[in-house]
Amino acid sequence: MFDKEEMKKIKQSKKEWENNVVQKTLERFPERKDKFVTGSGKEVERLYTPVNLEESDHNKDLNFPGQYPYTRGVQPTMYRGRFWTMRQYAGFGTAEESNKRYKYLLDQGQTGLSVAFDLPTQIGYDSDNDMSLGEVGKVGVAIDSLKDMEMLFNGIPLDKVSTSMTINAPAPVLLAMYIAVAEKQGVAPGKLKGTIQNDILKEYIARGTYIFPPIPSMRLITNIFEFCFKEMPLWNTISISGYHIREAGSTAVQEVAFTLADGIAYVDAAIKIGLKVDDFAPRLSFFFNAHNDLLEEVAKFRAARRLWAKIMKERFKAKNKKSLMLRFHTQTAGCTLTAQQADNNIARVTIQALAAVLGGTQSLHTNSRDEALALPAEDSVRIALRTQQVLAYESGVTETVDPLAGSYYVETLTNEIEKKALEYIEKIDKLGGVTQAIEKGFIQQEIQNSAYQYQKDIEESKRIVVGVNKFKIKEGSPKGLLKVNPKVGRRQVEELKKLKEQRDNYKVKENLKLLEKAAKTNANLMPLILDCVKSYATLGEVCDVLRSIFGEYKESVKL
Amino acid sequence: MEGKKIRVLIAKPGLDGHDRGAKVVARALRDAGMEVIYTGLRQTPEQIVETAIQEDVDVIGLSILSGAHTHLFPKVMELLKENDIKDIIVMGGGVIPEEDIPELKKIGIAEIFTPGIDTRDIIKFIKQKVK
Repeated sequence: MFDKEEMKKIKQSKKEWENNVVQKTLERFPERKDKFVTGSGKEVERLYTPVNLEESDHNKDLNFPGQYPYTRGVQPTMYRGRFWTMRQYAGFGTAEESNKRYKYLLDQGQTGLSVAFDLPTQIGYDSDNDMSLGEVGKVGVAIDSLKDMEMLFNGIPLDKVSTSMTINAPAPVLLAMYIAVAEKQGVAPGKLKGTIQNDILKEYIARGTYIFPPIPSMRLITNIFEFCFKEMPLWNTISISGYHIREAGSTAVQEVAFTLADGIAYVDAAIKIGLKVDDFAPRLSFFFNAHNDLLEEVAKFRAARRLWAKIMKERFKAKNKKSLMLRFHTQTAGCTLTAQQADNNIARVTIQALAAVLGGTQSLHTNSRDEALALPAEDSVRIALRTQQVLAYESGVTETVDPLAGSYYVETLTNEIEKKALEYIEKIDKLGGVTQAIEKGFIQQEIQNSAYQYQKDIEESKRIVVGVNKFKIKEGSPKGLLKVNPKVGRRQVEELKKLKEQRDNYKVKENLKLLEKAAKTNANLMPLILDCVKSYATLGEVCDVLRSIFGEYKESVKL
Repeated sequence: MEGKKIRVLIAKPGLDGHDRGAKVVARALRDAGMEVIYTGLRQTPEQIVETAIQEDVDVIGLSILSGAHTHLFPKVMELLKENDIKDIIVMGGGVIPEEDIPELKKIGIAEIFTPGIDTRDIIKFIKQKVK
């Protein structure tokens, strides 16, 4: 980006500055540390200059927003056109309680819904299953059948809101329920906007809510790609997630690398069943974490965007512009929240949310200050949402596109993260792809090593966490935490019993039998699952049929 | 304790998939010279107690971040009692509200470690308790 003569001059004057100015200062005022590192442990230089960007080429590496390789954003005007979608992940207890929380959030100016399901729902168990004991309605809403889903979206017009659902292994079942609810509201599938997470690979890697082994799981995912291509052109068929990989302790580079490697595996799988890359790739979406190191995180988002565009263009020969664009949701880093002096978390979340916005996110969830203690209370959620609104309306960072571009430091970090992530992807390719790398425990082990290092750094005070290993105070116990109604479990079980008495059990049985038959073939299972849920077959019943054919995944544990 | 390594079972009861804490603690204990067995995810209380007996452990560490501790921790304690096991120290960790802790201690859980804890404190605790 600089001509040779100019670069020479800059190099010369930098050397002089170091020898004359810096040296003198260091003699009188030594720096705080011998080595400075980013949040991910990458060494940081004292000063970044054009010299760090000697090899950079403006039009090739950055170009303009909305143009390949999309480093500066997927839209030409970004937030000057429209702000990101403010989407708070929420759900707890019964469908009725969660419905109330959604309506509250929409009233407060939230612009999209994001559904949290409880663990039994995420693992395909009904509330009355033995495995569900103690878990019903705890970390999200309990959904056993279409009846619960109808209640969940009661009075919320599905042609007006976009809905994101954090559901993976049983994603086809919950998507089918959503379609069925919309139909009852008179909204056709083709009008529905939203996202299902549907990313099983990161469940094996980091999040843990898997059901089936990789091969049938990948089939269900590609079934959804195919179904949505035909029926739901506005729906994001997957949200390829680095969020949980980062929460499990990875570095920023690992987050980008493992997420994009997962993305490659999904594209490969879809091509293998005969889909054309430009038919499904435009509906792929991503989900990243926003951690504490502001500038490293901004660089991470930019690097991920550029690397994915290159992968889609060069590796998969995608032609459609939309296939090349990495569109992503961001959530602030839950793992950085502290139970100690919980209000300090508001500051952390603000910095992280700023990183997401400066990184060009399409939607954002800001965590609540009390999440290291419990599910967020209503006023904590409001502050979190207000944080986004302050960034959008008051901070000024939204008025121009990609404002940090050209920063010597941010561009250098962007280049480095891209390079290191690509090295990981090449390593995973050599291992035979992501599924192999997971089965060998490679990816999990890399993450565990980083997590352990992070913890050790905190304990040795190499890394300061305000209120935890420095600036501690004596505190009373926190007040006003949300408590999930303990009767939820019993209520769900009673409702389930009633449902099974009221529905047409003959029809349910027939539909489940048809699904079982189809699961043994190569058929797309989405239409059959849709029939099952419409006849009020429960989530557990549908998943049990699939378990009987597909079997269950066993994790490979390595410490 | 000369010559014999302390044996610890780190277990994830319930459906919760958050295993970062469990794995970090497991590694820290191992680095502190203990023999550590990690169960992996989704263990039933029955499986956990069975493994503890088979592996002849001194300590069980239970990790839950989903809120199911009020059901699953007591279940583990009951099963230990049914099997007439009194010498295994049980500790818990995860997102556990302070107000739940007295009840858990009453049923015999030796200590609850919540977010922000230093692994060296856990090591110290175990070494004091296992004699």
